[in-house]
Amino acid sequence: MTISHSSIVEKAVDATARATPVSVARRVRGLSDRAIAWLFIAPAITLLLAINIFPLLWAVYLSFTNYRANRPNAPVQGVGFGNYQRVLNDPDIWQAMQTTAHFVFWTIVLQTVIGFTLAYLIDRKFRGHAFWTTIILIPMMLSPAVVGNFWRFLYEPQIGLFAYAVSLVSGIPTSDIQMLGNVTLAPWAIIIVDTWMWTPYVMLICLAGLRSIPDYIYEAAEVDRASPWRQFWSITVPMALPFIMLAVLFRGIENFKMFDMVTLLTGGGPGSVTEVASITLKRAAFESWATGRASAFAIILFVAVFGLANIYVKALNKVKQR
Amino acid sequence: MQKTSKALFGLATAFVMSSALPNLAKADELTLCWAAWDPANALVELSKDFTAKTGTQMKFEFVPWTSYADRFLNELNSHGKLCDLIIGDSQWIGGSAENGHYVKLNDFFDKEGIKMDDFVPATVVGYSEWPKNTPNYWALPAMGDVVGWTYRKDWFEKPELQKEFKEKYGHDLAAPKTYDELKQIAEFFQKRQIDGKTVYGASIYTERGSEGITMGVTNVLYDWGFQYENPKKPYDMEGFVNSDDAVKGLEFYKSLYDCCTPPGSSNVYMVESADAFKSGQVAMQMNFAFTWPGLYKDEKVGGERIGFFPNPAEKAHFAQLGGQGISVVSYSDKRDAALQYIKWFAQPDVQAKWWELGGFSCLNSVVNAPDFAKSQPYAQAFLDSMAIVKDFWAEPSYASLLQAMQKRVHNYVVAGNGTAKEALDGLVKDWSDVFKDDGKI
Repeated sequence: MTISHSSIVEKAVDATARATPVSVARRVRGLSDRAIAWLFIAPAITLLLAINIFPLLWAVYLSFTNYRANRPNAPVQGVGFGNYQRVLNDPDIWQAMQTTAHFVFWTIVLQTVIGFTLAYLIDRKFRGHAFWTTIILIPMMLSPAVVGNFWRFLYEPQIGLFAYAVSLVSGIPTSDIQMLGNVTLAPWAIIIVDTWMWTPYVMLICLAGLRSIPDYIYEAAEVDRASPWRQFWSITVPMALPFIMLAVLFRGIENFKMFDMVTLLTGGGPGSVTEVASITLKRAAFESWATGRASAFAIILFVAVFGLANIYVKALNKVKQR
Repeated sequence: MQKTSKALFGLATAFVMSSALPNLAKADELTLCWAAWDPANALVELSKDFTAKTGTQMKFEFVPWTSYADRFLNELNSHGKLCDLIIGDSQWIGGSAENGHYVKLNDFFDKEGIKMDDFVPATVVGYSEWPKNTPNYWALPAMGDVVGWTYRKDWFEKPELQKEFKEKYGHDLAAPKTYDELKQIAEFFQKRQIDGKTVYGASIYTERGSEGITMGVTNVLYDWGFQYENPKKPYDMEGFVNSDDAVKGLEFYKSLYDCCTPPGSSNVYMVESADAFKSGQVAMQMNFAFTWPGLYKDEKVGGERIGFFPNPAEKAHFAQLGGQGISVVSYSDKRDAALQYIKWFAQPDVQAKWWELGGFSCLNSVVNAPDFAKSQPYAQAFLDSMAIVKDFWAEPSYASLLQAMQKRVHNYVVAGNGTAKEALDGLVKDWSDVFKDDGKI
């Protein structure tokens, strides 16, 4: 005998209804839609408050104190804006912010240009495009720890493939191609790895944008004898722009927090040339245990990212409305 | 009815007993926390004797060196109960003592007749005392360690190389006793072809992220006359940290990095240095003594091919102390059992076995035994090195002090920014700021 799926569900619902005590059923029946809605979202809101909002507020409180997590028994004293003043006057922190801005700027520029170009090419739907799309997406699917270690070996001057390839093209001996130990090259070594890993992500978003443009617009343009170049600048770019901007927003926020890749590749060195804000923050919070000062720095970073992201989202909305 | 009551009582008793049994078993178990490395494996082997003698099971929590400090300092700061015993790094002693993480062991030592005079004095100061040079003990010296050197004895013994070296420098190619000699040897081997392979002079510490380059630089700076502070005025660092001699020492370290290290040596610490040696890349290698037993056993570079020597001398003769003491965590519920482990570990026969298994004992009766120097090929170098040790700050704020030094010296040695004088002047400023924050100056 075969029992249909719907009959099983119906039986389960009946069984649940029968098992529900009358008092509970009456209470639920008496609730308004609004109350039931609150009942459903209450667990999510509670979790959000406990995991996101409370720690944020706690960090704000700590940022005004001299609290050190490794000295829990020491008296906690308020220091007003002392921590903020110190963070904002610390040349090392400004150096880290500059380094971060450098990474964010160049990774976004490279990832957007390469990502959009790849998306544009993939969108031509040539033979085997699905296969190449999958191949291109592989770096994005790897863990940053794997990518960091993998590229550390690639950059190795004596045995690394990267040094070998550069040497083959330029004629420079491999032992002189020290990507991670050279002050000028080390930041670029990290930018290259991040670009390699995350360009596929930008490509995917851009591809979604390109695929969302209706064919009839291009057909109309062709009727009007618009050149492919004109079609690209007047149709493709403007219509894909909100998607490109969205990718830039996501990558910008992510790269502002860049930590694992830098730690694995250079540890912040040589000297401090690759010490990004997140590494400085981690050292202050979990190595020096200057919890109050680290909280102030974290709040400043949060406000900076939040503020910039807000301005950017407003710009994005304007572009979308056009 | 009576039978039913008895049966119920019996069942209840059985239930209570069965639920209590796991707790009893748990009380007979101790957790020891340490880094995951060769000596830890030796300790697992050694601890089987403790279990056999007392019935207490030993559980081990070992984490890689890269996360050792993060993991266990977090554990201690959060008053965690994971570790009953901890073999904590020497620099942690100040913070762990002042923040109440470790049990003070003076009364226990007195009661059990454990005397600190029985241990190598430098290890007592380095691993056990806080404040330094006062009889306040927070750990039992457990694992002696020091930065020293290994060299390719087989390359040094090649007749053609010996001849060429002597003609060039006027003395024999042998384990160096001074830094001039060390640099000559390193230059001699740099980019030389040996057995059809390009080899390099020396592998030295340059790691930026944790403590690597500091351990390497201080190892050299001490010999040039660098001092952490004015011996007559604590925390007075001007003219000591950045003395002319210290500047020359730092310049020497950079010159060694520039002239004689393999390509891609900008982030080298214990593992990378040992790897450079094991893969036959370098003639000499700076590394902690704990790596020596493993290297000696290595099929390619060990045995007759490897030699060991203590840090060379310059104006003074010192070496950077490594190693750790074993402490009882004050948040443990099993303090008494943990103290029993320390009592057992301090016994001379246990310490002798510890050395045999690959641990580095700090007990005088072991290291001063007549046959100790010949007990292992590296024993003499270890003994000579432990006689000249000096340690980094062990202040509660050691991590901030370490971060400042990592940044300043890496910036000069590896990145090539500024001068040695500027690096050390900057270090004095950074360290002064840390001590001002601590209210010590």
